[in-house]
Amino acid sequence: MSLDLRETVVNLGYLAATVLFILGLRFLSSPRTARRGNRVAAVGMLIAIVVTLLDADVVSYTLIAIAVPLGAAIGLVAARRVAMTAMPQMVALFNGCGGGAAAAVAVAEWLRSGAAFGPGGSAAVGLGTLIGAISFSGSLVAFGKLQELLPTRPLLFPLQRYVNAAVLLLALGLVAWIASGQGQASSLWLLLATALVLGVAGTAPIGGGDMPVVIAVLNAMTGLATALTGVVLDNEMLLVAGVLVGASGMLLTVLMSRAMNRSLGNVLFSGFGTARASLAAADSTLVARQTTVEDTAVALAYARRVVIVPGYGMAVAQAQHELQAVAESLITRGVEVQYAIHPVAGRMPGHMNVLLAEANVPYERLVEMDQVNQLIPQTDVVLIVGANDVVNPAAREDATSPIYGMPIINADRAQLAIVLKRGMSVGFAGIDNALFYRDKTRMLFGDARKSLQQLLEALKAA
Amino acid sequence: MTREVWLALYVFALAVFVGYEVIARVPSALHTPLMSATNAIHGVVLLGAILVAGAATDLTSRILGFVALVFGAANVFGGFAVTERMLDLFRNEKRDRT
Repeated sequence: MSLDLRETVVNLGYLAATVLFILGLRFLSSPRTARRGNRVAAVGMLIAIVVTLLDADVVSYTLIAIAVPLGAAIGLVAARRVAMTAMPQMVALFNGCGGGAAAAVAVAEWLRSGAAFGPGGSAAVGLGTLIGAISFSGSLVAFGKLQELLPTRPLLFPLQRYVNAAVLLLALGLVAWIASGQGQASSLWLLLATALVLGVAGTAPIGGGDMPVVIAVLNAMTGLATALTGVVLDNEMLLVAGVLVGASGMLLTVLMSRAMNRSLGNVLFSGFGTARASLAAADSTLVARQTTVEDTAVALAYARRVVIVPGYGMAVAQAQHELQAVAESLITRGVEVQYAIHPVAGRMPGHMNVLLAEANVPYERLVEMDQVNQLIPQTDVVLIVGANDVVNPAAREDATSPIYGMPIINADRAQLAIVLKRGMSVGFAGIDNALFYRDKTRMLFGDARKSLQQLLEALKAA
Repeated sequence: MTREVWLALYVFALAVFVGYEVIARVPSALHTPLMSATNAIHGVVLLGAILVAGAATDLTSRILGFVALVFGAANVFGGFAVTERMLDLFRNEKRDRT
């Protein structure tokens, strides 16, 4: 192919891919067309990759032929193998890969071209390296917290804010130095190292309960870093796709923070204070009342309305199928059953919807928080399966609580709340739950899946 | 500034609006798949990795290019595959409603 023809093919391919990405996102925002949306975007990606291989700048294919299949295999195997419950950390990991790739591309292009950039290009190299590397190390920390390899509680040390601010200033100073055209390769390497530290330092003080928002922010940042590599490489495809992700990712972040009734700044910079002693330790008169499978079965079987509140514990126990079986059994008895979905239940927004869909729970039976709270006073039993922070009345009552102000499902206002839980451990936010000590609350300890299986048997006898 | 830089800024501004508008009315049930799909789309950085690695001459650039290629490819292929799996779960729900 002649050079002109090649360039035309490449650009037409990019144009087609851009349109397909936008259509894909459009389709993805409606349940009926979401699957088509993902495929449309994937086809766009395939086209973009294939035409890039034709680009005249690509002179050697050896590295590409080894590394791309390797990366693809890693990604595909990981995506296939991962349990649905571990989905959030998988997304965090893939996001980190993207950020790391963006930083590596920016640095490599700077080295290859002998730093021959104008001020705009140099600034893009600096910012792309900075944002990409923050996203890389930040995503790894988020992964570690979600996988519970790292403590989910905020990791704090004295003067943390000032140290973080100083590191950020150093990083921005290096970007400015590089943009001014005086930076050497050593400046860029130092920037890369500083940015990696910054990603860790910025993510570690954020509590595990806020990780969904953190992943969304890091996702938007990787988008932005990708867009910057587009500026570095004079590639419109990278620019447009990166900005699309950056903008939609930022919007998602705002929507999520709003669902938690907090500002983004509050999520990212407040840190969840130091973990407090448990309520029971502070007041020895507090006792959680235990119940049995049989009593729970009777309470459910003779209720008129039951609201089920699933949480991360259900995901961990893989109990969604058993839960749905219990719900079906109650419905055939004439009990009105609904699932109450808190916007941030689980480790990702929409996490519960995904898992319940896996168990074939009909869409109409899922009710959002606001609606459910209106119905709760007329509800006989609220069955809480592995949810904790999202039903903690401290969010409403205790102004000193780190989750104060977060909208919750008001399980404490029902006639009876039964909590399925492994033990008295604290929730992901690292705080105790006053609901467990209320007069109208009963605890059913044990693995949620086993408890529900026994409950199903007991319901047949009840 | 050159004409090209200005053009890039225009593209940037327009793409921000498109990215924002195109998902503005997404229901919360789809937040996770949508985030996962945008996560896959920023894997487009793989193109940058291909361009850099394909033109690399010195060892450092080659190593960086190699890392970028593996990361980028994992991001793209893993990202779309994981989204597809999530959306598979919504299939029954869709059938029930139509």
